[in-house]
Amino acid sequence: MFVELNNLLNTTPDRAEQGKLTLLCDAKTDGSFLVHHFLSFYLKANCKVCFVALIQSFSHYSIVGQKLGVSLTMARERGQLVFLEGLKSAVDVVFQAQKEPHPLQFLREANAGNLKPLFEFVREALKPIDSGEARWTYPVLLVDDLSVLLSLGMGAVAVLDFIHYCRATVCWELKGNVVVLVHDSGDAEDEENDILLNGLSHQSHLILRAEGLATGFCRDVHGQLRILWRRPSQPTVHRDQSFTYQYKIQDKSVSFFAKGMSPAVL
Amino acid sequence: ELPAPLLDDKCKKEFDEDVYNHKTPESNIKMKIAWRYQLLPKMEQIGPVSSSRFGHYYDASKRMPQELIEASNWHGFFLPEKISSTLKVEPCSLTPGYTKLLQFIQNIIYEEGFDGSNPQKKQRNILRIGIQNLGSPLWGDDICCAENGGNSHSLTKFLYVLRGLLRTSLSACIITMPTHLIQNKAIIARVTTLSDIVVGLESFIGSERETNPLYKDYHGLIHIRQIPRLNNLICDESDVKDLAFKLKRKLFTIEGWRKSLWSFPNLRI
Repeated sequence: MFVELNNLLNTTPDRAEQGKLTLLCDAKTDGSFLVHHFLSFYLKANCKVCFVALIQSFSHYSIVGQKLGVSLTMARERGQLVFLEGLKSAVDVVFQAQKEPHPLQFLREANAGNLKPLFEFVREALKPIDSGEARWTYPVLLVDDLSVLLSLGMGAVAVLDFIHYCRATVCWELKGNVVVLVHDSGDAEDEENDILLNGLSHQSHLILRAEGLATGFCRDVHGQLRILWRRPSQPTVHRDQSFTYQYKIQDKSVSFFAKGMSPAVL
Repeated sequence: ELPAPLLDDKCKKEFDEDVYNHKTPESNIKMKIAWRYQLLPKMEQIGPVSSSRFGHYYDASKRMPQELIEASNWHGFFLPEKISSTLKVEPCSLTPGYTKLLQFIQNIIYEEGFDGSNPQKKQRNILRIGIQNLGSPLWGDDICCAENGGNSHSLTKFLYVLRGLLRTSLSACIITMPTHLIQNKAIIARVTTLSDIVVGLESFIGSERETNPLYKDYHGLIHIRQIPRLNNLICDESDVKDLAFKLKRKLFTIEGWRKSLWSFPNLRI
């Protein structure tokens, strides 16, 4: 996890809020560093994590995780991490008929259906174990990324339904957190993606939006991060708070600074 | 129609109009590239005039000897030949062309041990895959013809499963796609997200840039749309963003527009 980002979000693994939906979003840049942050953050917080990893392989997240001080292999072995490797599973599902319902079953279907099998997978992964005392603090669902589901034939409404069910179970029932990444396709006129992004924005407690710089590539500033705090259940009580920082990604960390305050500029 | 390899120092490579899979020299990384172009598909690259050797080199003015082709281990896939075959087609919402292509690739990966299932008998190698004109009507897809065709998810689904095959085997793939024919911008954005490296070639032929004196020595622009961050938080992004290329019989040069011009005579794609 990135300590500077924790500071900006006023949180640590020991005292993170529960029952929240966090939306990660990237526009004209790669926001995957945020996914790596939350994955390592919640593993360090001793949470039970279900990671629906649709766009990269396990080894990719594992190698980056090691740079951030977590071992995904060990977390998986001790039962803390349930990892759905979407790419590998897709190959299994498409080339072989599965005996039992598979979370990515919809890949075999001619028409876009729903994501019920995927939800069942998440629910099963995060359900509390009855025996003895609780090993883990609270459950967390992490998805990288939801936009891929649209490319695989799912409609935006089906994806929103899926998140709705996940929130009901993970956030409300189990008092855990949900973190999802959705791309902002900008002027690509991707209607389904816009519906998904807008729908989730309204439901989220926290939105982290990584944006490429309007002026183009810069060696010392890789982008800017917009942090938006929302109170979806109390829309009239508090105004949404928004902060913007610029950032630079390094080998094992990300540094943040106020606009125009990059160390390279000062 | 393959160009003759130059077995001394200089070689180059050529893509032609035929739809087939062929092995292209590649590095050791499992990756997938989507490469869009508006240029005619004849492209050359050349070895360096300096001492550093990098890649394989060809002469586009000569043909590859037939004996060399026959002696090589390669597999071709020409859809019109396969479409009526009895290859078992699993139910899926992909177009039949994409389904058959995926099965063809998966079959080679399995049969020749690129996924570790059958140990490779000879020295370990990487399966290089080349797919041309993906998305065009040649593959039974209609995204080049209609803005909102019935097969709108077929291509992206195909790319996803292909990505899965590449990630789970010792293989690399390069794809060309005629994106100038695809009207649906959303599909292009999704294709980009599903790829690792995305390079665009923009020809000056027929465009207003053809007569621009600034571009008189060049044939087109190269746009590096995306480079991957694989196994890493960072990626190695160059700060030279404006790249132009020129295409000669034995030399394919890419030069960056900035105060100091410099060339990549040995760029290997």
